[in-house]
Amino acid sequence: MNMPDFTHIWPEIFVASMACLVLIVDLYTDKRREIVYWLSMLTLVGAALITLSVPAPVRTLSMSNTFVAEPLTDVLKMVAYAVVALVFLYSRDYLRVRELLKGEYFVLGLFGLLGIMVMISAHNFITLYLGLELLSLSLYAMVAFDRESSISAESAMKYFVLGAIASGTLLYGMSLVYGATGSLDLAVVANSVSANPESMSLMIALAFLLVGIAFKLGAVPFHMWLPDVYHGAPTSTTLYIGTASKIAAFALVIRLLAEGFIGLETAWRDMLMVMAVLSLAIGNIVAIAQTNLKRMLAYSTISHIGFILLGFVAADTQGFQAALFYTIVYVLMAAGAFGMIILLSRAGFEADELSDFKGLNQYSPWFALIMLLLMFSMAGVPPLIGFYAKLAVISAVINAGYIWLAIAAVVFSVIGAFYYLRVIKLMYFDAPEGTPSIDAALGMRVVLSANGLAMIALGVFPGALLALCGLVIPVGLR
Amino acid sequence: MDQLPLLSILTWLPIVGGVLVLFAARGGDELPKQIALGVSVLTFVLSTFLWRPELYTTATMQFEEFAPWIEAFKVNYHLGIDGISLPLILLTTFMTVLVIIAGWEVIQDKTAQYMAAFLMMEGIMIGVFSALDAMLFYVFWEAMLIPMFIIIGVWGGPNRVYATLKFFLYTFLGSVFMLVSLIYLYFQAGSYEILDFHTLGIGMQAQKWIFIAFLLAFAVKIPMFPVHTWLPDAHVEAPTGGSVILAAIMLKMGGYGFLRFSLPITPDASQSLDWLLILLSLIAIVYIGFVALVQQDMKKLIAYSSIAHMGFVTLGLFIPFTILRATGSLSGVALGMEGGMVQMISHGLISGALFLCVGVMYDRVHSRDIADYGGVVNTMPKFASFMVLFALANAGLPGTSGFVGEFMVILSSFKANFWFAFLAGTTLILGAGYMLWLIKRTIFGEIANENVANLNDLNGREFIVLGALAVSVLALGLWPAPLVEVMHATIDNLIEHMMQSKI
Repeated sequence: MNMPDFTHIWPEIFVASMACLVLIVDLYTDKRREIVYWLSMLTLVGAALITLSVPAPVRTLSMSNTFVAEPLTDVLKMVAYAVVALVFLYSRDYLRVRELLKGEYFVLGLFGLLGIMVMISAHNFITLYLGLELLSLSLYAMVAFDRESSISAESAMKYFVLGAIASGTLLYGMSLVYGATGSLDLAVVANSVSANPESMSLMIALAFLLVGIAFKLGAVPFHMWLPDVYHGAPTSTTLYIGTASKIAAFALVIRLLAEGFIGLETAWRDMLMVMAVLSLAIGNIVAIAQTNLKRMLAYSTISHIGFILLGFVAADTQGFQAALFYTIVYVLMAAGAFGMIILLSRAGFEADELSDFKGLNQYSPWFALIMLLLMFSMAGVPPLIGFYAKLAVISAVINAGYIWLAIAAVVFSVIGAFYYLRVIKLMYFDAPEGTPSIDAALGMRVVLSANGLAMIALGVFPGALLALCGLVIPVGLR
Repeated sequence: MDQLPLLSILTWLPIVGGVLVLFAARGGDELPKQIALGVSVLTFVLSTFLWRPELYTTATMQFEEFAPWIEAFKVNYHLGIDGISLPLILLTTFMTVLVIIAGWEVIQDKTAQYMAAFLMMEGIMIGVFSALDAMLFYVFWEAMLIPMFIIIGVWGGPNRVYATLKFFLYTFLGSVFMLVSLIYLYFQAGSYEILDFHTLGIGMQAQKWIFIAFLLAFAVKIPMFPVHTWLPDAHVEAPTGGSVILAAIMLKMGGYGFLRFSLPITPDASQSLDWLLILLSLIAIVYIGFVALVQQDMKKLIAYSSIAHMGFVTLGLFIPFTILRATGSLSGVALGMEGGMVQMISHGLISGALFLCVGVMYDRVHSRDIADYGGVVNTMPKFASFMVLFALANAGLPGTSGFVGEFMVILSSFKANFWFAFLAGTTLILGAGYMLWLIKRTIFGEIANENVANLNDLNGREFIVLGALAVSVLALGLWPAPLVEVMHATIDNLIEHMMQSKI
């Protein structure tokens, strides 16, 4: 028997071992958890270095074809490391003042990351499912992290129950796929699907898989958990769910639909179209009615998911590139927006109501500007990067011949612009209540500023990121 | 001088200057203001180097700059100007200097941000007028909304939030359809070059859709009846500087868009739908003229008069096809279109001046209601003479720039249809009516109340601003030839494009 090729799996092994190490170290260190934090950060840096040192310029399968490495996986993993690092950095002070700074947060975060990495590299339905469950279980625990808070417990419960149903549906779909094709290997399934595009059992399997995907993504009509979880979870966890897990969701869709079920493209395209338009509509319209910023961002996430799905609706290389670009951009924007909530929160005070942003320009013009950039970027106003993300998706959709979809997308973007503008209105046009101040650590200020300024910097020079997305989406996918 | 990327400098100098101003805010209010003034004056001086009439004897683009920008979408950083963008750029740089001077003492709150917003607006607007890449154009076009949203919302009047949201959403909604059209055109032409779009063959059905999408974007900006309702709100609530920039420059972008996009790209659709544009223009001229007559608020009155005057612009731009149908010849076509252009520049100066005049009064009395004034001439004779001059210019008095454009358009529409000319001509009566009545009620007569009795006449700063505008209005009115000449070749070339079927 040959030894399996471990080359491309070292990052995963490293993250897994470091997560265990962090757990142990945490037992024997002081309450400030400096070591745990820095060790976690070190893990991310190390994983990034390892990923860079074993790049996969071409598609490489290993571990009995269950694990794939290719440029796309490298890029997605690098983005995931960066985002998780952002999440840890933003969360540290927030957790500390709430006396929630426990080693488990970082351990769960790292295990979640491991789940994301496995999903990114999965080339087998089982691998994919294992990654997804590892991520989901970590997230359930992270949502319930503040055990004193009943609202956190409630949303964790909701998330767990609905998430379990979604996992079950997904798994059921996978079992149907196995029944119809006799394999769980993505390539084998893809061939089998292409050979039998009329197969009823595959069609049913696809429907189950799509329901599972839609649940995990939070696409309408399977979005009900999202606002509650975003709202109920500690903001540090919301940050994690709103950013890092979206990369996993992208990986899930691209593996299942663009790779496994590309042969049934006409079938899933129509289903995605319905979900995309509904997500855009419900997300943008319901967000207007929210008074809580976290809930508002939850609905805004739903609408952004709609946009990402539109990229998949185009179902060609350009569409997948657009979806990837949109995902990366969205993750950056969301990290910044939740980071702003954390920035304004203090001990015993959550700045998650819209009114907490009142008059920010009076006492911190700099961070008002950062939030302004983030909000305009989310609204898709040029020259901020969010515009180019929408442009990429709309171009792909028009290229695929769906002009009416493009029109629907832009109209809902205009509707969506309203609630982003409302945040800016509160910051710039209203007077602050009381005498709030910002007392965040320097590191957080610098990184959050960089995060916001990236919106405009990438907006003025979007070429490199777009070109990267163009490079890594394998043309052969289609 | 020829080696310098002049257009890029003009676009980015104010934007970088705006960022500097923001950072200078820590050093008190004086430093940011001085930087802002310095940058805007420098930009204006540099922009005058663009004025070289010998360059504009052909329709080719001048001062071109080209660099690949976003390769994935084949978007290029392509700048260049011709005879129709040049006057608008000069108008932009000129008005920005005046706006900065006008805000010098008036703006006490967050002065640096105010100055920075106007500088950034300036750069972005120059970018709009000089972009030759459709996506670059769109980026500038939309980016403009951000500073304006802030300007109206932060320094505006009591109802500013409503006004600024309405302004933003209206214009945003209009523009997104243009975006979809531009992407569609990109897939047809294989690039975002506007000049490539000009030679692109498009079927009639597609042309009509594209034309309507463009129309939505530009009609909202101009604004044309019936999508004009954001303008009175935005004008009234905006601070003086905001109103000036809105009226003087932002409205012109709609007209510029018709010239640069609708007419040359979709000539066949323009021809078959020109009745709609002419109808809406005439409604704007006549109906909005009547609406202006009954306004109680000075700024609202000027806002409505802006809509009516912009009706002349669209009438001039879309009259050619009717002339061709009625007379079978192209004589008079150029006259109408050039009239529309002259009207844009002239209206920019006059409406800007009128808003500044209202600003002068508002700063002293803190009211825009006509009823709160009366007999201002007794206490502010210098101001009164300026105000009367601009009011008459707005009404189209010969010898002022307001006359030239209106006269050219009316003359040209005579060739098309007597009744068009007749209806357009009513503006001379209506315009005189509402402007003179405004003057009678505010400037002349007995001193109405305590406030008016205590007014101080113009200070040096205000005098310079209004004086500069008065000189320009008179100069253009007495000797419009240079302005008409620079746009002549471009307009002729445009007419050629319009007369070729693109189907």
